[in-house]
Amino acid sequence: MDGALLWHRLQFAFTALFHYIFPQLTMGLAPVIVWLRLRREERLADFLTRVFAINFAFGVVTGFPMEFQFGTNWAGLARYAGDVIGQTLAMEGIFAFFLESIFLGVLLWSKPTPRQKLGASIALWVGSWLSAYFILATHAFTEHPRGYVHAGDKLALVDLSEVLFNRWALTEVAHTLVAALVTASFVLAAMGAFYTLSKRHAPEARRLLGLGTALGLATSLAVAFPTGDQQAKLVARHQEPALAAMEGRFESGAMAGITLIGQPNVPEQRLDNPIRVPGALSFLAYGTFHGDVRGLNAFPRDEWPQNIELLYYAFHLMAGIGTLMIGLMALAMLQRFRKRLEATRPLLWTLMLAFPLPYIANAAGWLTAELGRQPWVIYGVLRTRDAASTNVHSGDVLFTLIGFCGLYLMLGLFFVFLIGREIMRGPGEAAHG
Amino acid sequence: MVEVWYALVAFAIAAYVVLDGYDLGAGMLHLFVAKTDDERRAVLGAIGPYWDGNEVWLLAIAGALFVAFPAVLAAAFSGMYLAMFMVLWALAFRGISIELRGQSKNELWRAFWDFVFAVASVVLVLLLGVALGNVLRGFPLDPKGMVVMPLFADFTPSPPTGLLDWYTVGIAAFAMVALARHAALFVAWKSSGDLQTRCATTARRAMPVVLALWLAAWATSLSVAHLRFRPLAIVFTLAAAGALGASFVLARRARWRAAFVASSAFLASVVFGVASATFPTVLRSIDDKSSLDATAAASSPHALAIGSLWYGFGILAVVVAFARQFRQVERDRP
Ligand code: HDD
Ligand code: HEM
Ligand code: HEM
Repeated sequence: MDGALLWHRLQFAFTALFHYIFPQLTMGLAPVIVWLRLRREERLADFLTRVFAINFAFGVVTGFPMEFQFGTNWAGLARYAGDVIGQTLAMEGIFAFFLESIFLGVLLWSKPTPRQKLGASIALWVGSWLSAYFILATHAFTEHPRGYVHAGDKLALVDLSEVLFNRWALTEVAHTLVAALVTASFVLAAMGAFYTLSKRHAPEARRLLGLGTALGLATSLAVAFPTGDQQAKLVARHQEPALAAMEGRFESGAMAGITLIGQPNVPEQRLDNPIRVPGALSFLAYGTFHGDVRGLNAFPRDEWPQNIELLYYAFHLMAGIGTLMIGLMALAMLQRFRKRLEATRPLLWTLMLAFPLPYIANAAGWLTAELGRQPWVIYGVLRTRDAASTNVHSGDVLFTLIGFCGLYLMLGLFFVFLIGREIMRGPGEAAHG
Repeated sequence: MVEVWYALVAFAIAAYVVLDGYDLGAGMLHLFVAKTDDERRAVLGAIGPYWDGNEVWLLAIAGALFVAFPAVLAAAFSGMYLAMFMVLWALAFRGISIELRGQSKNELWRAFWDFVFAVASVVLVLLLGVALGNVLRGFPLDPKGMVVMPLFADFTPSPPTGLLDWYTVGIAAFAMVALARHAALFVAWKSSGDLQTRCATTARRAMPVVLALWLAAWATSLSVAHLRFRPLAIVFTLAAAGALGASFVLARRARWRAAFVASSAFLASVVFGVASATFPTVLRSIDDKSSLDATAAASSPHALAIGSLWYGFGILAVVVAFARQFRQVERDRP
């Protein structure tokens, strides 16, 4: 139905970004909990497991709509590409989600020995990273389709391993999992800073701060280089119009600069008030300053991403926040080595309040990926407008979109309430009945 | 291969009905059978470790359809668009109410979430029952094989067709009563005292209704859903009848676990019976002319073959892991 496409897209974007708030912490926290259990720090591990469990429940509740929307809203995509993406999407359900729900049941509802707790925590780690792997392999297929042929009016799978071991999938998994670890580190550091500032749980506070800053610095670096850099190289090689739009470049040429600041002006086809580092984009994308980066003008209009401004800002937000986070964590580590971290109140305040940064960067990253792929749902294969359900009225989609806004507002409040309580209670005290 | 996938989808549906069936049913019943806070907590405690995993079977159904019959997933899910979102929202409300109930000792707070939990469970069972009724009755299909239909039309299963008519609502009513009884047996097995007595009464009272609605569903389905009398369908139906009888007798003797197992066998046999009576149609059109059969709707042979390997293996692994979880959790129950 005409007009429905926008609502389909907005609903998918909103529900996906909301869903992604939860898995990023799940995936980041899971290995930290395993690490703590290996070191026999059961008190802290149990506390983080309680945080994990609440977060996980919200991930489950918001995850179901994602899976269903492929059938309800993107029937065209499901019919056309189900042969391929059905595989990886169903794998996620069968291998990852069952694993997670079963072992979380063991952790929360039986009286496991420390060894069994360790085992269940490992299973949860494996499960959450597996689900990321499968969903990202699915997503990577949409960005960089591999392992299929055209068969009549749909796609047919020819090689599952090409789908699973797609270059794009491996790169994306690395970048995304590191980004999830960034989220976890910032959350750990924020909790540590909070307990330190409020003079509670001193030993755990120190541990949380230590873990958060060390892991935070390492992963903030790794999210930019090599993983973010690799992502950008893939986009440069395979989605040239997307790279041009991310950088707000209209004209082509070698010695392409990286834009630090500037506003894309699409009607006039230029970038207003740019501050550029000359040659940097050519270098980053192709490894040489003379790499010829084509601008948007080199491509027909119907291959341009539709929302160039948002794409540009999303990408710069992600990269900008990434840089900011490296700086913050480096400063925190410096103070730690000088043994002054716990006494530097402004820095503690900053760490406590900085935890939204990785969430914002993650959301911006997803916007970059999805807007950059436009106007395709499966790059070069299926256009977004052909992917939506043709038999659903736009009013129905608008209705469910508004419904999700209300439901998720409520969910968000409950989440803050539940997590807030758990954090106020802190490590050490037993769970309630 | 197509047959294998048809069976796998049927298996996933049966597993979902049996497993999520008892915790949905417990949600429908708990306001009536559990009166005190301790009793409510006992009901929630009985399903607590499992409901999340049970719901994953819903994803397993969607996943199996996605792998093997994507056209069916696309047509049925988009064709029942609003109903699907009601399902999702009801699932969300169930999840939240379980999570939030225990957060405060305030009586009103708990009563409120108990109520939400019950309503969401009822809504889910009704919607899923209606959806099943629609699949059996068939959809109005457009030339592209997509479904366009209103919420209700003239309330009969013949065209003009809507989501709701007396047939689909009847199937939903059967689902509701059968799952209520299923859950009553489950809670009776997991509890004692007054709670157990009330569950026993519920199960006993539900029995004639289950039987009557089941027979009615069969009788009407013969004409509405064009069931085919295959030997396999008859075998499963007889098995279902036997299992229902057995669960009745076992419940009278207060052998709750066995009665619950028999009730599970009943539900699974009903699903398998219907599945074998409708094979090979996977997407029925209301006039039966443009119905899709399994071969036409299936994915490519390669996708089916490789998918069946890992899906089958995955399901086995899930069953083993679930059995271990069950042992450990039940052993450690206070
Ligand atoms: C903590 C979060 C975070 C941070 C700091 C960064 N990223 Fe990122 N980025 C993501 C989180 C993320 C993400 C949410 O995980 C995405 C979305 C899709 C994906 O695969 O990962 C992503 C996507 C993404 C894409 C889009 C790929 C595509 O079109 O499919 C590129 C080019 C980059 N990233 C590059 C970078 C660079 C050069 C960074 C330098 C600092 C950077 N990212 C920091
Ligand atoms: C459109 C894409 C997505 C779909 C269809 C989807 C689907 C789902 C579903 C159905 C669940 C609930 C599973 C359960 O019952 O345990 C879930 C949870 C989860 N999802 Fe997603 N998801 C999507 C995006 C993502 C992304 C991008 C990631 C990670 C990179 C991710 C990682 C996870 C993880 C780790 C969980 C476990 C629960 C949690 O972390 O809270 N998902 N997802
Ligand atoms: C399983 C893999 C995925 C598939 C097949 C997929 C497919 C789609 C489709 C069909 C749309 C709407 C049309 C479009 O604008 O492209 C979309 C948009 C979007 N998706 Fe994904 N998606 C996947 C995973 C994810 C995940 C995991 C996230 C984030 C957590 C995400 C975030 C978004 C956003 C923000 C948009 C809005 C962009 C726009 O409307 O232009 N996607 N995606």
